[in-house]
Amino acid sequence: MTAQTMFEKLWREHEVIPETADTPAVLYVDLHLTHEVTSPQAFSLLRERGLKVRRLDRTLATMDHSTPTDYQQIFGGLPIRLESARKQVEQLQSNADEFGVELLGLQSDRRGIVHIIGPELGATQPGKTIVCGDSHTSTHGAFGALAFGIGTTEVGHVLATQCLLQRKPRTFAISVDGRLGDGVTAKDLILAIIGRVGVSGGTGHVLEYRGEAIRGLSMDERMTVCNMSIEAGARAGMVAPDETTFEYLSGRPRVPAGAAWEQALDRWRELPSDPGARFDREVSLHADDIEPMITYGTNPGMVVPISGRLPETGDEVYLKALDYMGFEPGQAIAGKPVDVVFIGSCTNARISDLRAVAGVLKGRRVSPGVQLLIVPGSQQVKRQAESEGLHQIFAAAGGDWRESGCSMCLGMNGDTVGPGKYSVSTSNRNFEGRQGVGARTLLASPIAAAAAAVTGRVTDPRELLA
Amino acid sequence: MEPILNFKSRTVVMPSSNIDTDQIIPARFLTTTTRDGLGKSLFADWRYDASGQPVPGFVLNRPEARDCAILVAGRNIGCGSSREHAPWAMVDYGFRAVISTEIADIFRNNSLKNGLLPVVVDDATHAWLLANPGAEVSIDLETCTLTLPDGRSVEFPLESFARYCLMNGVDELGFLLSRLDQIENYERTHGK
Repeated sequence: MTAQTMFEKLWREHEVIPETADTPAVLYVDLHLTHEVTSPQAFSLLRERGLKVRRLDRTLATMDHSTPTDYQQIFGGLPIRLESARKQVEQLQSNADEFGVELLGLQSDRRGIVHIIGPELGATQPGKTIVCGDSHTSTHGAFGALAFGIGTTEVGHVLATQCLLQRKPRTFAISVDGRLGDGVTAKDLILAIIGRVGVSGGTGHVLEYRGEAIRGLSMDERMTVCNMSIEAGARAGMVAPDETTFEYLSGRPRVPAGAAWEQALDRWRELPSDPGARFDREVSLHADDIEPMITYGTNPGMVVPISGRLPETGDEVYLKALDYMGFEPGQAIAGKPVDVVFIGSCTNARISDLRAVAGVLKGRRVSPGVQLLIVPGSQQVKRQAESEGLHQIFAAAGGDWRESGCSMCLGMNGDTVGPGKYSVSTSNRNFEGRQGVGARTLLASPIAAAAAAVTGRVTDPRELLA
Repeated sequence: MEPILNFKSRTVVMPSSNIDTDQIIPARFLTTTTRDGLGKSLFADWRYDASGQPVPGFVLNRPEARDCAILVAGRNIGCGSSREHAPWAMVDYGFRAVISTEIADIFRNNSLKNGLLPVVVDDATHAWLLANPGAEVSIDLETCTLTLPDGRSVEFPLESFARYCLMNGVDELGFLLSRLDQIENYERTHGK
């Protein structure tokens, strides 16, 4: 048998009907995650056609995008201030009740950003196909799952049949050798990869991140990398499961126990790409060459080292982006004053991110005039952070510590940056208006964001590390 | 869905590359629970100023853009979020096709499911279309061709099953539901 990539193994295992020239494959979905924004019209479709949710045991819902991060609006009896958001949250609750879908609802202690809670619960596992009406579903690929975002029509297909019609994508290996230096994070790595591959370089492909530097990453870090695969145009990004993966999953609520756990490990150990497996495309990077990175433009591929300068020249798109951002060609990015710092999102709101932020903020104060918002990725991350006293470090520094949710990553829940303001954000998209109308977003790592909060300027975080 | 066989329209040109779905429809409009009425929010932040008035220079606000059903966009349109609200907004506005040299995966899939035709053309054809806004072009699904005003035709790729569904006005869910026996058999044999 010819050597197979991990993607090919997963694809073959989940083909209910293989693709032909005339029809796409019918692909089985092991886990369907859903949230309030991309599901209402899919539930309406089921209702119109008199269909049920076919596999309730493979469907899990939560609410994260339009939920407020303010305690009073969740637990304090105040209504959700944005009326349309409140209605959307209520709609998911009533859809879940009507169809019998398990929902980690607004006040659930397991609620959180959908891509944070799947792994946290152990629902995300190696070898699974995982979909969600959300492009950052690529996050779950960190476990050696085939995980990708779908649209609402497809959400309806999965609810009704547990399957999707899909053409087989191509494969793309991204190999990273060496080790990341001190103060250089998984976020810097993926930003460097997007800078290299381009924002559409991965279109039509499933990425596999491999090599020594990837093997050396924790699960939280691998999730940060896979999360932004879509920012390179790839619907999915994967990392082969290994002992780091198994150690993370061991004992989580939804993983198999006892003999079933041992059997699962045996299966999962078969998943990595075979030696000699061929990829349709390959790119190599050296981790040692990567520095702390930051975006300067209006897509995640417009990225430079924090110590660097913006390109001297560029095309119309470049000049338009700089006009929006209020930057000049060739200028240094370090030292640029910032107004808002956002720590959060499915990219960087896990416990290790918050610990890293606390490490920078401890004994320091947020620069006057800078708003620092810290939003944990889930209620469980929130509890863990508080049990470690991180919230006290954040409060002492002058940060605003919130309930979990997507928050300021995208302006649809009441948390926005403000027109014309500069935000250093640990999220994944710096598109025009992404963080609110007119907001100017600079994407960076949690420690770079924390450093900017302390100095009030774009800062190489290594300057603040002891 | 109405079957689509062929249609003809003048084009609207938005030459920017990497037009993401946050531009096509900003997130604050996603709190809707229906798919109707999103056309008025299409490109909202480029189309309207802070007070909600149309921005005079923006291409969709110009009189010649009226009744144009084909959008010619720069490379890699539709990148970013998986929101199907993007093609919903385009269709509600009146667009029937989007032409570019590259179209992002999820946006392309979502478009096909809503009768919005993603048309990928070569660089030379794209350059001509960008340079000739308002050109009347025709699109034919039978032959998968785009025909320019001077009669030149170029073929464009279209996934065969999506094309079948568009031409016959059928949706994919019906196809999947007709395969339930095989899905159940798969579940039995694969321990699902």
